[in-house]
Amino acid sequence: MTTDTTTTQSPEAAARPPAGPALAKRRAARSRRRLLTRRDRFTLAAMVGVPTVLHLILVWVTALASVALAFTTWDGIGFDSIKWVGLDNFRQLFEDNPQFWPALQHNAVWFVALILVPTPFGLFLAVQLDKRIRFSRVYQTAYFLPVVISMACIGFVWQLVYNPDTGLINSLTGANEPGHYIDWIGDPDLNLWAVLVAASWRHTGYMMILYLAGLKSVDPSLREAAALDGAGEWQTFRHVVFPTLRPTNTVVLVVTVIESLRAFDLVFVFNKGAQGTELLSILVTNNIIGESSRIGYGSAIAVVLLVISLAVIIPYLVAAFRKERRS
Amino acid sequence: MLHVFLAGTALAWLAPLLWAVFSALRPYGETSSKGYVSWPDTLNLDNFTNAFEQSDMLHYFGNTLIIAVPAVLLTLFLSSCVAFRVSRFDFRLNLALLLVFTAGNLLPQQVIITPLYRLYLLTDLPGVTASGKLYDSALGLVLIHVAFQSGFCTFVLSNYMRSLPQELTEAALVDGASVWRLYWQITLPLCKPAMAALATLLSIWIYNDFFWALVLISTGENMPVTSALNNLSGQYFTDPNLVAAGALLTAVPTLIVYFALQRQFVSGLTLGSNKS
Repeated sequence: MTTDTTTTQSPEAAARPPAGPALAKRRAARSRRRLLTRRDRFTLAAMVGVPTVLHLILVWVTALASVALAFTTWDGIGFDSIKWVGLDNFRQLFEDNPQFWPALQHNAVWFVALILVPTPFGLFLAVQLDKRIRFSRVYQTAYFLPVVISMACIGFVWQLVYNPDTGLINSLTGANEPGHYIDWIGDPDLNLWAVLVAASWRHTGYMMILYLAGLKSVDPSLREAAALDGAGEWQTFRHVVFPTLRPTNTVVLVVTVIESLRAFDLVFVFNKGAQGTELLSILVTNNIIGESSRIGYGSAIAVVLLVISLAVIIPYLVAAFRKERRS
Repeated sequence: MLHVFLAGTALAWLAPLLWAVFSALRPYGETSSKGYVSWPDTLNLDNFTNAFEQSDMLHYFGNTLIIAVPAVLLTLFLSSCVAFRVSRFDFRLNLALLLVFTAGNLLPQQVIITPLYRLYLLTDLPGVTASGKLYDSALGLVLIHVAFQSGFCTFVLSNYMRSLPQELTEAALVDGASVWRLYWQITLPLCKPAMAALATLLSIWIYNDFFWALVLISTGENMPVTSALNNLSGQYFTDPNLVAAGALLTAVPTLIVYFALQRQFVSGLTLGSNKS
């Protein structure tokens, strides 16, 4: 099918007048528009319209509704009970909620931990596996396996490791005797780190795959040139390979910020975000599935999450799209 | 030397999973008397069969199927439509549209959940869904999956379609083919590799969804298997060995998909990240 169409096309394409590319493009666009029948135009509108409306209503209108609701109180029963309260929800959130600042801090810790440990380790593994050694595929699969499994399932698997009396760690270290317990999940000084180990375990594989893909696109002649100049392995990586990974690094950074803002499933399965593991996402969710349904208040937390997310997403996408347009 | 290191880490990486398998293979009575770290006397699949039967897992797998299959197909269809339009035609809103879709996909789900939850409760659909609302229905989950995931797919597919030669559709248009034909018979077949990669990725993501179902489904019976596990572990399972078996069973379908379609999966993941 592919070859078929291209061969019939090529004489026509060759017969086109050798105008400047911009001019030709504009002319083509104009002639194409003329060729569209009314039905075609309707089809095109529907093709874009249906998915866009669905996406806008369910994602963006609700996001804006979160913003609007954040300035109100509402018990969720009937629209008349919606009351405008200005910045009250935010004031309460920032001043009175004992969980808010810890949650924000934990989200930040989550990001810092992921960027400092699994990210460099994923890069390291990718560099090793990129050397075309034997069994590369087997190793790759082993490191990557946790990424395929659901976060919820990972939570259950790690509970078997952390459980105070039956878990792997305490059983191995003998800390499962009464009085010697190390309560990895219950201790507010430990549980965040315990969850982060599980999260890093998964994140490493993800980073490895992203970096492997990035490394594949490094021009081999660059490496050859470095080798000819007598650069060692580390020097080549540091001065030749790593700088070319810049686009991958950007993606990795953005992915990691977003992952740390999105973190939820693992903590929820672990201990429902009880003391020590609060996250913004958990606070929002507790407002819906918990006993108290304070919609305005929950929305205020969501707005904080939205603002932080957009502060990362928008500059990144604008830069990415601008680059693409130029090329 | 490198191999020793890599093999060692690979094994350490699999350790939590292997530990779960080991625990799941042993009877509860034995582990509770001998301790979990002990030489096994009996290894059998009893926990797996018990977890599967006691929790009626087949039913929950069925729930997942009626959510995931339509969601994957619809997402691919709708996002390829948008991608076709923005990559094949000059459209003033091209860039803005792509930005909106992609940014929407990157938002944390909790940003939109409160109003979404209310919207789902308010939407009356008598006769359409069993609950009479979007809330607590498979349809509701399908819609949010489609809306959310179409961001990523639109982005990837529009990049992919842009790399196809413009002349293909142009000439067909000159020959009088309808726009629909250009999309369905000419463009779509050429996108098969990207579609396959995205389909693999989407099925794993949607299968693994925990959050949407947790909040938007109220009847435990209606939950997809990943989220149901959370309820089940408290409701039916009293011993960790059984929980291990249950958790591992829910991971089996994704592992099968991954091992069967490894290449597609990995290429899908990097398709989105490398282009930008």
